[in-house]
Amino acid sequence: MTKKASLLAGIALLALASTADAADKIKVGFMSTLSGPGAALGVDIRDGFELVAKGEGGKLGGLTADISIADDQQSPDTGRQVVERFTKRDRVDVITGMVFSNVLLPVMPAILASGTVYISPNTGPEDYAAEKCDPNFFVVSWQNEDTASAMGQVMNDRSLKNVYLIAPNYPGGRETLNGFKRTYKGAIAGEVYTRLGQLDYAAEIATLRAARPDAVFFFLPGGMGTNFIKQYVSAGAQQDARLYTPGYSADEDTIKSVGEPMVGILNTAQWAHDLDNPANRKFVADFQKAYGRLPTMYAQQGYDAAQLIAAAVRDTGGRIEDKAAFRQALHAARFDSPRGRFRFNTNNYPIQDYYLREVVKDGAGRITNKTIGKVYTDYADPFAARCKMK
Amino acid sequence: MASTLHIGLRPLPTLVLVASLVLLPVVLTAVDQPFYIVLASRVLIYALIASSLNLLIGYGGMVSLGHACFVGAGAYTTAVLVHAGIGSAWLAWPAAALAGAVLAAMIGAVSLRTRGVYFIMITLAFAQMAYYVVVSLRALGGDDGLVLPRRTGYGFGLDPHADMTFYYAVLGVVVLLMAGLRRLLNAPLGRALQAIRDNDVRMEAIGFPVFRIQLAGFVIAGATAGLGGGLLADLNQQVSPSLLHWTQSGTLMVMVILGGAGRFLGGVLGAAVLLLAQELFSDVTTHTALGIGLVLLAVVLFAPAGLAGLWRQVAR
Amino acid sequence: MPLTLLAEQALNGLQLGLMLFLLAAGLTLVFGIMDMINLAHGTLYMIGAYLAATVAEASGSFVAAIAAAVVGTAVIGMALELTVLRPLYRRSHLHQVLATFALILIANELVRIIWGAQPIALNMPAALSGPVELAPGLRYPAYRLVVIGVGLAAALLLYVVVVHTRVGMWLRAGASDREMASAMGVNTAWLFTAAFGAGAALCAVAGALLGPLLAVQVGMGENILILAFVVIVIGGIGSVRGALVGALLVGILDTVGRTALPALFRALASPEVASEAGPALASMLIYVLMAGVLCFRPRGLFPARG
Repeated sequence: MTKKASLLAGIALLALASTADAADKIKVGFMSTLSGPGAALGVDIRDGFELVAKGEGGKLGGLTADISIADDQQSPDTGRQVVERFTKRDRVDVITGMVFSNVLLPVMPAILASGTVYISPNTGPEDYAAEKCDPNFFVVSWQNEDTASAMGQVMNDRSLKNVYLIAPNYPGGRETLNGFKRTYKGAIAGEVYTRLGQLDYAAEIATLRAARPDAVFFFLPGGMGTNFIKQYVSAGAQQDARLYTPGYSADEDTIKSVGEPMVGILNTAQWAHDLDNPANRKFVADFQKAYGRLPTMYAQQGYDAAQLIAAAVRDTGGRIEDKAAFRQALHAARFDSPRGRFRFNTNNYPIQDYYLREVVKDGAGRITNKTIGKVYTDYADPFAARCKMK
Repeated sequence: MASTLHIGLRPLPTLVLVASLVLLPVVLTAVDQPFYIVLASRVLIYALIASSLNLLIGYGGMVSLGHACFVGAGAYTTAVLVHAGIGSAWLAWPAAALAGAVLAAMIGAVSLRTRGVYFIMITLAFAQMAYYVVVSLRALGGDDGLVLPRRTGYGFGLDPHADMTFYYAVLGVVVLLMAGLRRLLNAPLGRALQAIRDNDVRMEAIGFPVFRIQLAGFVIAGATAGLGGGLLADLNQQVSPSLLHWTQSGTLMVMVILGGAGRFLGGVLGAAVLLLAQELFSDVTTHTALGIGLVLLAVVLFAPAGLAGLWRQVAR
Repeated sequence: MPLTLLAEQALNGLQLGLMLFLLAAGLTLVFGIMDMINLAHGTLYMIGAYLAATVAEASGSFVAAIAAAVVGTAVIGMALELTVLRPLYRRSHLHQVLATFALILIANELVRIIWGAQPIALNMPAALSGPVELAPGLRYPAYRLVVIGVGLAAALLLYVVVVHTRVGMWLRAGASDREMASAMGVNTAWLFTAAFGAGAALCAVAGALLGPLLAVQVGMGENILILAFVVIVIGGIGSVRGALVGALLVGILDTVGRTALPALFRALASPEVASEAGPALASMLIYVLMAGVLCFRPRGLFPARG
C-alpha cells in the first residue's frame, strides 16, 4: 500500500471519529451455486468467505457484516432474480460469490447499472478484463486463461510435443483452451468440446486414445472432471498419456471423490495449501478447524474476497457510502493473502504467481496436492493493456 | 351470465381486479418498494404464459409437456432482434409471438397425430430438441445465452427501463390478451376446442375438422407463449437455455394445475401463488421446492380442480 | 486402429443401452400395465444410487451395497405405490405427471437435506478399477465389462420371467387389456405393487452400477429419466421387447453420434461449422429418432396393445 493510501485511511479514521454518519453495518449479497453438480465449488467459496467474518465475530473490517446468502442454482434466470432482490430490495453494498461465467456474464450488466461493487471470487472472464473493464468490478481469483496458459508453459518446459485437448462447449471452456494455446508451442493431437454437464466420457476417451497423444490437457470443472479422471484411469489410458489440468479439476474436492487414481496428475494454480507463509498457515489451520477438511482454491478465493472487503472497510474507516474512497481502498487490496504476493492490475484483475502442483500420496498416506515448482512470477493477464482504466 | 357455457369473469370483479393492478405500482412507489414492481411484472408475464398453457390443457385437453420451447422461441427472437439493432417493442413483441406461432405450427402438425401419453412425450421430445439447438448454437450464445444491452422501446418518450413504465406496458399487453382469450373461448372455435376435449371422436363424426381446430388452438397458445417470452427477455434483459429446460415446462404445468386447469383465471392464480410463495420463502429456507412439492401433491390428490376450484367449494 | 476403436465404441453403446434398458423396463411395465405415467421413476434410480453409496461407505463391500440398494429401493418403491400412486391410477395422465413431478421435487429436497447438496462418492471395487486387454490394442475398463454382464443377465432374467412364467403372463395380459385380465381373476392390486417393486429394484441396480461411472448427486435421475422415456416411446409403451430394442438403439446412436458426427462434419465442412453443428446434431439425434418413429409408427416399434 502506498503512503497516499495510508494517509487516506488515516483521514478516514479521523472522519469516523468526528462524524456519526458512517455506516453502522456492511450489507453483502453473497450469491453462489449451492445446489446441483457445481455445488461443491460454491460451498467452498461460501465457507472460505464466512471464515473471515466468523474470525472477526460477525464483522468485516470492524463493521457488522449483514451477509445474505442466496443460491443461483447455476441458472442465469435465478441469478437475475437474486440480483434484483439484492440491488432493489436489500440495497446491498457489495455483491460477490458467483462461480460460473454463464451465470456471471448475463447478470453483470444489472449489477454494474445499479452502481454496486462486484467482487468475483472465481471466474474472471475476458469481457471485463479488456475494453469493458469497470471500476466496480474486481476479480480476486484469476483471469480465465491464466492457469491454463501456465500449464501450456509447463508442457513446453517438459518438451511435450503432441497434446490432446478436451473442454466443455461453453465460453469458459473455450477461453481456457485459448489460454493454453497462447503459450503451448507443440502440435495439437485433437481438440474436443463436450456438452456442459456431461458425465460419461467413454466415447471421448476411446477416440482420444486412438489419436495417440503424448499428453492430455483437460478442463472439466466440478463433477465433470471427477468422472473424466475416474473413467480415464479405469480405461488404463493414464499409462499412454498423462493428465494435465488447471487446478480446478485436481483440488481437494475432486481428490476426495476420486481417490487413488488422482495420484500423478499435474495441475497449475495461484495457490496451494502447502505454500509456506504465515497467512496461509493460519488460513489452512482455521479452515480445517472450522470445517474439518482441507481447503481448495475455491475456499481460498472466497476467503480472500472477504479479506478484501474487510481491508477496504477498515481502510475507509467504515465510511463505505463514499463509493469512490471504497473503490480506491478495494483497489489498494491491503491484506495478507494466503497465496503470498497479490495486487490488482489496472483492470482490477490480479497480478500474482502461479505454481505447479502434483497430486501425491504424502507421508501419512493422505492423497493431496504438493507444490513442486513456480511457473510464473507476477503474472498479469494479456488483456489488461486494452483496459482504459488507470 | 349470457349462457351456461360462458367463460370469464363478470364485469364488476374484472373492474376491481384491473383497477387494483393499475394502482399497485403507485402504492409500491409511495412506500419505496420498487423491487416489488419488478416482481409484479414477472408475475403478470408468467400469468400470461400459464394462461396460454391453460388454453391447451384446460380447454383443449392437449397436455403439452413442451410449452417452454415456445416461450424460449419468443425470448430468443426478441434478443436476436435487439442484437440486430431492432429496438422497438412494436416490432419485437409481435415477432416474438410470430416465432412462437411458427414453432407451434410445426410441432403441432406432427404431435397432434398422436394421443394421450404419446402426445405428452412427443411435445417433450420436440422441446428437448429446441433446447439442444439453442445450447449448441454459438450465434445464440450457447450455454451463456444472450444479454440484451437495452430493453425494447415504446416510443412517445417513454423509458422502458423505468420499472413503472415497463410494468404498465406488460399490464396493457396481458389485459389485452386475456380479453382476447376470453373472446376466443366463447367464440365458435373456442367452443369447438372444448367440445373436442370432452369427446373428440364424436366431434370428428359430426364433421368437425378436429385436427385443424386443435392445431389452431395449439398455434394460438404458442403465439401467446412466444409473446410472453418476448416480455420475459425484456424484463430480465437476458435469455438463456434454462428458459427452455423441460423442468420449466413442468413448472408452467404446475402453475396451471395449482391455479385450476380449465378455469379462466387458473393460470393467473397459479402463477401468482407459485411465484409469490417462492419469493416469500426464499429468504427463510433454501428448501422451497420441498414445500412446493408437498403442496402440489396435496392439490393433485385432494383438490384436483386447483385453487380456483377450492375457492368455489369454500364459497359455496 | 479404426477396428479396435469401432469395437470399443460398440461396447460403450451396448453398456449405455443396457443400463437404459434396466430403467426403461420398469417404466414400460408400470406404464403399460397401470397406464400410469411416472416421472418419479428417475427418483428411484437416484435413491438406489444414494443407498448404495451409503452402504458401500459403511460396509466397504460393493456387493453388499448393491444388495442393500436393491432391497431398500424396492421397499421404498412399493411403499410409494401403496400410498401415493395407487389413488392416481384412475386419474388423468395430467394429474399423474403433476403428482410425480411433485414427488421429484420432494425427493430431491429430502436427499439434499439428508446427504447434502454436493455429490457423494461411490467408488468401484478396486479389483475392477483397471482395464482388461480384450484383444491386442483393445483395452477396455473391467468395470464396464461387469456392467455389461449384469445388464445382459438382468435382461435375460426379465425375458424369462415375462415370457415363461405365470406372473409374466399376468403382466402381459395386464398390459394388453387390464379389465379383461382383472375379470379373468388376476389380482391386479397385488400385481401392480409387485411390478412397481420390481421396477424400482431394476432402477436401483442401474443406479448402483452407474454410480461409480457417473455421479451420485441430486438431480441425477431427471436427465436419465428423459432418456428412458425416449426409449419406451420408441419401443412402444408396455413392451419389454420394445424397451430392449429401443434402449440399444438409443445407446448406440448416442455413442456413435457423439464421436462420428463431429468427425464427419470436420471432413465435410469448415472447422467452424463442424464445431457448432456437430455437437448440436449429436445431442439432438435421439430426439430426432423418436420424432421420426412416432411420425411413422405413432405407437412405437412394438405396440403392446393391438
